[in-house]
Amino acid sequence: MSEFSVIGKPVRRIDGLEKVTGAAQYTTDIKLPGMLIGKMLRSPHPHAKILNIDTSAAEKLLGVKAVITGPRDTLGVKYSNWRRYPHLMDETALAMDRVRYIGEPIAAVAAVDADVAEEALSLIEVEYEILPAVFDPLEAMKDGAPQIHEGPTVRNNVSEARHFEFGNVDEAFKKCDYVREDTFYLHPVIHAFIEPYNSVARYEGDGKLTIWTSTQTPYYIQTLLAMALGLKEGNIRVIKPHVGGGFGGKMELFSDQVVAAILSMKTGKPVKVELTREECFEGGRRRHPMYYTLKTGYMKDGTILAKEAKLYTDGGAYNAMGPTSLYLSGFFQMFPYAIPNYRYDGFHVYTNKTPATAMRGFGGPQAEFTCDSQIDMIAEHLGMDPAEIRLKNRMKPGHVIPGLAKVESCGIKECIERAMESTGWKEKKGKLPKGRGIGMGCYGFMSGGVFNWINSPYAYSGAMVRVNVDGTVDVYIGSAEIGQGSDTVAAQIVAEKLGVPMSDINVVRGDTRTCPPDLGAWGSRQTLMVGNALIMACDQILDKLYKTAAALMGPNVVYDYAAKDGRVFIKERPERGLDFVEVVKAAIRADEGNQLIGRGYYTPHDKGMVSPAYSFGAQVAEVEVDEETGKVTLLQVTTAHDCGQVINELGVEGQLEGAFVMGQGYTLSENLVTDQGKILNPSFVDYKLMRAPDVPENFTSLMVETYEPEGPFGAKEAGEGLTNPNAGCIANAIYDAIGVRITDMPITPEKILKALDEKKKKEAKG
Amino acid sequence: MKKILSFTLNGQPYEVAVKPKTTLIELIRDEIGLTGPKIGCNAGACGACTVLIDGKAVDSCSVLALQVEGHSVETVEGLADGDKLHPLQEAFLDDGGYQCGFCTPGMLMAAKSLLNENPDPSIHEIRHGLSGNLCRCTGYVRIIDSIHDAAQRMKKEGGEKS
Ligand code: FES
Ligand code: FES
Repeated sequence: MSEFSVIGKPVRRIDGLEKVTGAAQYTTDIKLPGMLIGKMLRSPHPHAKILNIDTSAAEKLLGVKAVITGPRDTLGVKYSNWRRYPHLMDETALAMDRVRYIGEPIAAVAAVDADVAEEALSLIEVEYEILPAVFDPLEAMKDGAPQIHEGPTVRNNVSEARHFEFGNVDEAFKKCDYVREDTFYLHPVIHAFIEPYNSVARYEGDGKLTIWTSTQTPYYIQTLLAMALGLKEGNIRVIKPHVGGGFGGKMELFSDQVVAAILSMKTGKPVKVELTREECFEGGRRRHPMYYTLKTGYMKDGTILAKEAKLYTDGGAYNAMGPTSLYLSGFFQMFPYAIPNYRYDGFHVYTNKTPATAMRGFGGPQAEFTCDSQIDMIAEHLGMDPAEIRLKNRMKPGHVIPGLAKVESCGIKECIERAMESTGWKEKKGKLPKGRGIGMGCYGFMSGGVFNWINSPYAYSGAMVRVNVDGTVDVYIGSAEIGQGSDTVAAQIVAEKLGVPMSDINVVRGDTRTCPPDLGAWGSRQTLMVGNALIMACDQILDKLYKTAAALMGPNVVYDYAAKDGRVFIKERPERGLDFVEVVKAAIRADEGNQLIGRGYYTPHDKGMVSPAYSFGAQVAEVEVDEETGKVTLLQVTTAHDCGQVINELGVEGQLEGAFVMGQGYTLSENLVTDQGKILNPSFVDYKLMRAPDVPENFTSLMVETYEPEGPFGAKEAGEGLTNPNAGCIANAIYDAIGVRITDMPITPEKILKALDEKKKKEAKG
Repeated sequence: MKKILSFTLNGQPYEVAVKPKTTLIELIRDEIGLTGPKIGCNAGACGACTVLIDGKAVDSCSVLALQVEGHSVETVEGLADGDKLHPLQEAFLDDGGYQCGFCTPGMLMAAKSLLNENPDPSIHEIRHGLSGNLCRCTGYVRIIDSIHDAAQRMKKEGGEKS
């Protein structure tokens, strides 16, 4: 849009130069004088009591500086992001008396180098009493199953149940022409960020600690580390250097952070703890496996009247962010459709496996796979075009989900239509040669969560902006750049508001000592939330500048002012204005030399229980399925995404492509295979991520711009929602190509061949 | 136990004492202190540690330091010519070839190796040339575009020079 100078314009990212020259510093690159290396001993058993830990031999090894165990050296505090709901906090940094998954940390050592640390680990003797274990949530819920956690709120391994309901579902089902019920299974995958979990802690004495760590949520680490260590929050300084990816897997306090801190406190030296890739698999987190049942009632014309969703998630050994995935999966199950009667029951079930947590899409990919698959089944049953049935049931701007959400802007109609037009949907759907097919998936996603599990008294985002006498601008934000480009978006917003060039903006970030508290990078919240906080901060500055300009220029009537292109001028008389720097200097002088600072924050009002705004999109994929091998090739992929006002188009496109390919891997190849709780493919050789030759050669991103009143300059989510529709979209395209429907993820060549075989047998029987 | 190793790193001759077990990535990152190349897996599967040995891409986590005796090694730090960025770097900046940047040093070197061998690669060749390098952020689309763009820029530069 032409009225903007920086918003929506092609700008280079502010972290670009350091990233392409190798100068960008990540936690893993930090080396401090005298630094020790810490390593953790992990459980080989999925479920066991710890009877004794003997560390004496390890302590005697030359080069070992400290050995710690849970009961002896930690406070044993249970922590997690659930500070507001203590019954959900179930995890400690090191096991206290029991281990619940293979890979759970038990003890740790600090030594002069990694080899000595490894050797020390092998000298620690742990005596276990093996307990019976359970690996499947449906088994774990049965009476008599091994109980993984005791506690008044846990029954039959269910740690959390979610229910929401509106309308009258049972009555509506009675009115429907048809009701169908389908079941689905979704498998586990991992975040697979390329930078492993790692931290460097330096205890400064006097109860003060500095930690460098690879995290999406510096503020959570600060508060929770204080809790785990018994230190004051303000005395803990969390520094987030560049982060090599997170995708939801780095938004909690992890053992490496606590262990590095304790080892540093014990030894008085800086300590680095870095997980190996194998440890990231075994001691990390994953996306929730889910058993889904969907019952949907609809009319002959395709109108969906009612839906009932039931969900059992395999949460692994601890809650992590599971209760939110559970909640959001039931919530996104409705998107982007206007379902008048809905009932959802979800159960978060403990199993003896690595904990599952937030991962890009946050319960959405599972929900949309089931929802999109079933909508296509309904369309087929009615002989309708799957795109038409989606258009018919779509949400509209102003949609209200009773008790949960208010949707203001909503471009789903335009998204579906543009995706259809761009792909030639009408000419292709059902008409492509055998072996080729086209499919659609649709989604809506949040722009930040209205969730305060951490129980922070602070606002969701904070910002401070300082204009210096030469017109350069320092921007202090606590939001977390983890690769998604949010620091650049923040700089663009300030540059646009103040009318200064991007090169005059300096962003101060990633340090809890200097930056305002912010809940961090999750739930696609940063553009909207920190963006609004920055706008508030800039408005305070502009107010001062406009008053100063008025005093300097002395117009005879009251005029409105604007700041743009390095000038402050009368809005209606752009030719009458002053140089930005001149006004800044005068404003500072007029205020007795006080610094020119604006402070802002963002807290949503009256926006329901989930998010201040929702993005929407439609995804179309054209596939070719080789009936001999079962291999699926993506020929053309098209996304039409409504992210409100685009702030950085290159950034949005990059996010969409990355989200799609993550979804492609989820659908076709990634799978964390376990046997008796043991991960069988904990490496980048055996865990099949998409590689460059696998991704679609033709990827089209269409920007459907709407204006979101709650978003900064009208912007909303861009980085996460597109992870959600891919599995359903690809499954639908495969069905179009070869007539087999896979409801059990991932869609591997073996499953396709098996389904084809069954189909042939059925057809032969007639 | 340590042995003296002589090799060239980003055009600079080096003589260092290394243990036989030390890998090339350990030598470059921990001992020489160039932290551009990254470790994503330490097992030859992600390419984050990609450097060039005599112009060819290798996973430096899977090579022993002593194996580069007498050879020339190049890391991302050697890509720019002083302040002048390499066309690959310019293209990655303009075309969005990175997000978190953790795979980027390896991607750039894999790309350089590819262009060394084939200055005018097709999209298909670029896609296959990157099969050893994982990126979890970008979906590769913009990395592939950036490399294609860089090849065009280099052709133009070469053309202007001659
Ligand atoms: S770190 Fe060398 S290939 Fe992954
Ligand atoms: S940019 Fe993050 S892994 Fe490639």
